[in-house]
Amino acid sequence: MNWSWIPAHGSEIWAYAKDSALLGITPALLGLVISLPLGIVAARWRWFNAPVLGVVSVLYAIPSIALFFALIPALGLTDTNVIVALTLFSLCVIFPNVVAGLHAVPDSVRQSATAMGYGALRRLAMVELPLAVPVIIGGLRVAVVSSISLTSVSQLIGVYSLSYYLIDGYQRQFPTEIYVALVLIIVLAVACDLVLVGVRRVLTPWMARS
Amino acid sequence: MSFFNYAWDWVTQSANWHGAGSIPQQVLAQLGYAGAALLIAALIAIPAGVAIGHTGRGAVVVINIGNAMRAIPTLALLILLALYITFSFLTWLVPLVVLAIPPILVNTYEGVAGVDPGVRDAAKGTGMTAWQQVTRVEVPIALPLILVGLRTGAIFVVATATLVAYLGLGGVGRFIFDGLDSYNYSPVAGGALVLMVLAVLVLVFFAVLARLVVPAGLRKQRRSE
Repeated sequence: MNWSWIPAHGSEIWAYAKDSALLGITPALLGLVISLPLGIVAARWRWFNAPVLGVVSVLYAIPSIALFFALIPALGLTDTNVIVALTLFSLCVIFPNVVAGLHAVPDSVRQSATAMGYGALRRLAMVELPLAVPVIIGGLRVAVVSSISLTSVSQLIGVYSLSYYLIDGYQRQFPTEIYVALVLIIVLAVACDLVLVGVRRVLTPWMARS
Repeated sequence: MSFFNYAWDWVTQSANWHGAGSIPQQVLAQLGYAGAALLIAALIAIPAGVAIGHTGRGAVVVINIGNAMRAIPTLALLILLALYITFSFLTWLVPLVVLAIPPILVNTYEGVAGVDPGVRDAAKGTGMTAWQQVTRVEVPIALPLILVGLRTGAIFVVATATLVAYLGLGGVGRFIFDGLDSYNYSPVAGGALVLMVLAVLVLVFFAVLARLVVPAGLRKQRRSE
């Protein structure tokens, strides 16, 4: 471990860390944005659920690593390539949770809301979605942590991020770079995870603080 | 040309199907890495998940460890181990085991912890010992979820075993990394296609396995729901 290397490369490390954050967080957010409407439709009209879930479970099986390489002719060796591949992965993790979270809302609660004069849209926004928040955020947590962890292979298709230090450190037999990348990728993932736990607490003040 | 053109051209060349380093050989190597890792991960995660699900102790720890382990980038671990223990089987085995443990552990725990308390009490009431309760009631009931965990773990390791080739070992990644090194996209596309097919086969394998090993009583119950 060469400690002096770290401050000497501070600004470069920071830049790569920002790249990793962008590559890892964007797909999870895009996955959420796509999953919400799809999940709401699927939870309401069940016939829509089975085919989408089928597609999603096959997509989920398709490895992100394979997608990185498969998307090269279409998207080149670019950030977009990594983000599209990881968005597909996030979608597969988040969508089932949106459906499960909405299905888990008890019928009695739904009926109470209707009895209180809530229309379908207002009931969805004010009652059903808030109650589904913990399950949806559960999926989002897995998506963001896995995506950030998967950005560690981006350098293999020439996309710069902390992943660069893994490849460079291996080629130069210089472990310091590898430690820096490993630790920062984990810190980034854990930090995003904690932020989401915080968001869940804010959005669900009625839940026990555990 | 699109990905599928490249991949199809490469996969259908008969030269790629024979001799040293052919598709069947590298697929077998890949399945070897993945199978070994999945087996060891299962041997660690299933007993741990069952024990914690049964006793209810350490549940918070399981969920958090499961989540934290997901954050560990496999490639980083692989490269780090390669620098320190030049090419022993541990170099590829440890990162893949670390990758497979979280889904198996979390699903096994949730499966066992989610067994209906009434069923649990009934098992106890008929005079079953703790061991019998676990092996004859809780684990069979949890089996569908345990299989989901194993399936997810299998999908992860089968795909990620590709990275092992980056260290100069075999597997489907060989085609991908050699192709990238020589600026030849065909084997890269072919390797990626082989990976996708392997992943779908894993999915099918577990669907069949679930039919075979999940107790008939549980399956009937689900159909009637």
